[in-house]
Amino acid sequence: MGKQIIVIPAYNEEATVAQVVREAVRVADAVVVVDDGSRDRTSALAGEAGAIVVRHAVNRGLGGALGTGIAAAVKLGADAVVTMDADGQHRAADAARVFQRIGQGDVDFVIGSRMIPGEGERAGKMPIHRVLFNAVGNALTYLLFGVWVTDSQSGLRGLSRRAAETVDLRTNGMEVSSEFIKEVREKHWKLAEISIPAIYTEYSLSKGQSFLVGIKTAAKLILRRFIG
Amino acid sequence: MTAIQIVLVAFSVFALSRALLRFRKGGLPVIHLFTWLVFWAGVIVAVVRPATTSAVAAWVRVGRGTDLVMYLSVVALFYLLFRMFGKIEELERQITRVVRAAALKDLDDKQPPPSRTLPPRIPEAAKLPPPK
Repeated sequence: MGKQIIVIPAYNEEATVAQVVREAVRVADAVVVVDDGSRDRTSALAGEAGAIVVRHAVNRGLGGALGTGIAAAVKLGADAVVTMDADGQHRAADAARVFQRIGQGDVDFVIGSRMIPGEGERAGKMPIHRVLFNAVGNALTYLLFGVWVTDSQSGLRGLSRRAAETVDLRTNGMEVSSEFIKEVREKHWKLAEISIPAIYTEYSLSKGQSFLVGIKTAAKLILRRFIG
Repeated sequence: MTAIQIVLVAFSVFALSRALLRFRKGGLPVIHLFTWLVFWAGVIVAVVRPATTSAVAAWVRVGRGTDLVMYLSVVALFYLLFRMFGKIEELERQITRVVRAAALKDLDDKQPPPSRTLPPRIPEAAKLPPPK
């Protein structure tokens, strides 16, 4: 298979980014960390751990960082791109499985779903409020964009070269997760989901989406769908 | 004329003069100037002759003139709010484009030569989680 690049958006993730990068570089040809205007040592630590760091001068949000990361990966000649979180909730081994799925050549977009049990994974460890949050996210994504997926908010995704080259992310915030699904529909990407375990640490939970952020994300999605 | 009428008319005249000034300086398209002229002229008429709004209200079957003005104001404010939302979104997108372009330019500047040695990759089999 061609060049595999992992993209990790990171904002003030000095506590975890180095470890995440050290594991990621073992399963990919390159790791791009997008430092989204962090005020801590995220850039320096990611660079020392072996990542290619691109830095936003000011914080733009998850969507902005992912857009930059994917564009950087395309520039670096990626044949497949996998995005993963910097807070340690994704395993490099699962990123490798996403690369493998893309490598089969019949799909453009792969979601690492925490909601599909199987393949010996420890699914179902997600806290109940996250399961609920996810269900609302999935339902809203389906209502707005007409594509049903089991984990619309997953941060572990894979894009084929075709998808990475044509993806056009317009949102800056957390809405980007659903926007990828919109792209699946509009660009006629072939979609696949693979099972990944839900790994939640106290740290990743503290960094994740709060209820209020969820409401804001949903409101923005709806507004954008109709007047954006 | 009551004090509030004088204040409102004075403000409307001031706003009108600002619109005219901006138009003369070339900062306002004709259609915008026309819209503002009609709007502020309407405000002056409504303030000086409140009965006018009642007449219009009766025509559109709304109880009182002040109610009609309130309804129209709420609609106008919501419209402005949505327009501002759209504008802010567009600005956000433009800022992201600028920030992204700068970040990717940095990448070009520091991109290593093709011979850069990458960290050793683990074999495909080792990437898979252990069977359970």
